[in-house]
Amino acid sequence: MIERFLAGFTARFLCNLAKLITGMRSFWQGEGPVPRLRVYYANHRSHVDFVLIWAALPPALRAQTRPVAGADYWLTSGLKRWLINKVLRAVLIDRRPERQGPDPVRLMAEAIRAGDSLIVFPEGTRNTGDALLPFKSGIYHLAQALPWVEFVPVWIDNLGRVMPKGAVIPIPLLCSLRFGHPITVAPDEAKDAFLARARGALIALAPPEA
Amino acid sequence: MNVAMSTEKLQMMVFAAVFGALLLASGIAALLKLRLPVGADTGTIDNLNARTNAWWMMVAVLALAFWIGDGGIIALFAFISFQALREFISITHTRRGDHRALVWSFFFFLPAQYFLIGIDWYGMFSILIPVYAFLLLPISATLGSDAERFFERAAKVQWGLMICVYCISHAAALLTLDIPGFEGRNAQLILFLVLTVQSSDVFQYVWGKLLGKHKLAPAISPSKTVEGLVGGVLTASALGAALYWMTPFNVWQAALVSLAINMVGFFGGFVLSAIKRDRGVKDWGTLIEGHGGMLDRVDSISFSAPIFFHIVRYWWA
Repeated sequence: MIERFLAGFTARFLCNLAKLITGMRSFWQGEGPVPRLRVYYANHRSHVDFVLIWAALPPALRAQTRPVAGADYWLTSGLKRWLINKVLRAVLIDRRPERQGPDPVRLMAEAIRAGDSLIVFPEGTRNTGDALLPFKSGIYHLAQALPWVEFVPVWIDNLGRVMPKGAVIPIPLLCSLRFGHPITVAPDEAKDAFLARARGALIALAPPEA
Repeated sequence: MNVAMSTEKLQMMVFAAVFGALLLASGIAALLKLRLPVGADTGTIDNLNARTNAWWMMVAVLALAFWIGDGGIIALFAFISFQALREFISITHTRRGDHRALVWSFFFFLPAQYFLIGIDWYGMFSILIPVYAFLLLPISATLGSDAERFFERAAKVQWGLMICVYCISHAAALLTLDIPGFEGRNAQLILFLVLTVQSSDVFQYVWGKLLGKHKLAPAISPSKTVEGLVGGVLTASALGAALYWMTPFNVWQAALVSLAINMVGFFGGFVLSAIKRDRGVKDWGTLIEGHGGMLDRVDSISFSAPIFFHIVRYWWA
């Protein structure tokens, strides 16, 4: 009871803090945030990426949207473990090549079937360069398993500059989130074609480079 | 008039007059809306309303800072600089290697500039950014070990700091000037600067909407017209002349100084429009409803403040 209250409070606090520091704004193409099972997929520049996506969703949707995160990073200390399990309610996946546990795609599909939307980062790791990395195939297999689920591209702008990998002091830049039109997999679509399409939809949301 | 009235009383009177003008503006806007036929396009009126409402807020904040005193004024301009720099860097392309230089800009040079103004050290605040930041920022950027577009990146960070911190801080720096016979009244110079230059923006908007036909440079700013420029600058300079009693100037000096700062202010807005155009954005941010971001509101101040400071310093201090 107390723990649930504390977790809920911490979640709201994190969202508000993230909004305050980044002056975050969100833009929706097409439909806005609607209560439908979705997989939000985004470019990955910082550990707090999914907090911003969370903060952009109305509280009712937020309570039914879970980030997908790497177990290797998040299970390394008690506080992180509490945050990721109780506050952020993440679907934790084992990224080690020699993993023994359940298949990540099955874990994600189970979460969606149980009624939750997901936030995933198909680049697989935080990106330190400028260009979007190639996508891991997980979202293709997930889309094949649940072809009726909508995949919503989300471009997170500037957050990687606020706190790049390895930096200690954040720069208080203004961040924005662009939610694109949802895409779904075609029945006979090949893996590379779907991944290229999904990646293209995300890149299309990026502001012009200069 | 100068001698008879205390500074506090005079400031209160000025703010009362500005609030009166806003009341008039809100009244006119409400009347215009009322007279509009049902179903007509209300875009321009809504924008006018949003702008006027934001002015109420901005004048209230300004009044609060002046009521607090010098510390309040310095804190207000430090905040304006912070928000402007944030907007400037947010739409400017920087790379991972610039992180260290940006940390220096936000957390050292910005506070240091206003601290030096606070302790009245002219020799240092006038060179801190153009000399020390100019040399130190590219040094710290090279330590990021990334040579890609280095020249361009160094210039962008440097110019952001120059416009948003150095130039804007000169408005607060007016407090440091020692003007014989004008002791204890320096805050009025800031009020004079802000009223004249901001009213120039308002008058440009009004003249542009009423008579604007000839676009000045549509590739840079589609809304700026020759009629807006001439009408706005002349009207605001007339207002500046009428406000001579707030300053150490006589009427003609006030008119000429106003003309100078309004012209520079106009082109400041123009230059910052060119940067926005270059980056493909319409506004610097969304902080102020109807105006865009902080930098959209203070673009003209950023160019006119250092010019005004040096005019006053050279001939009056």
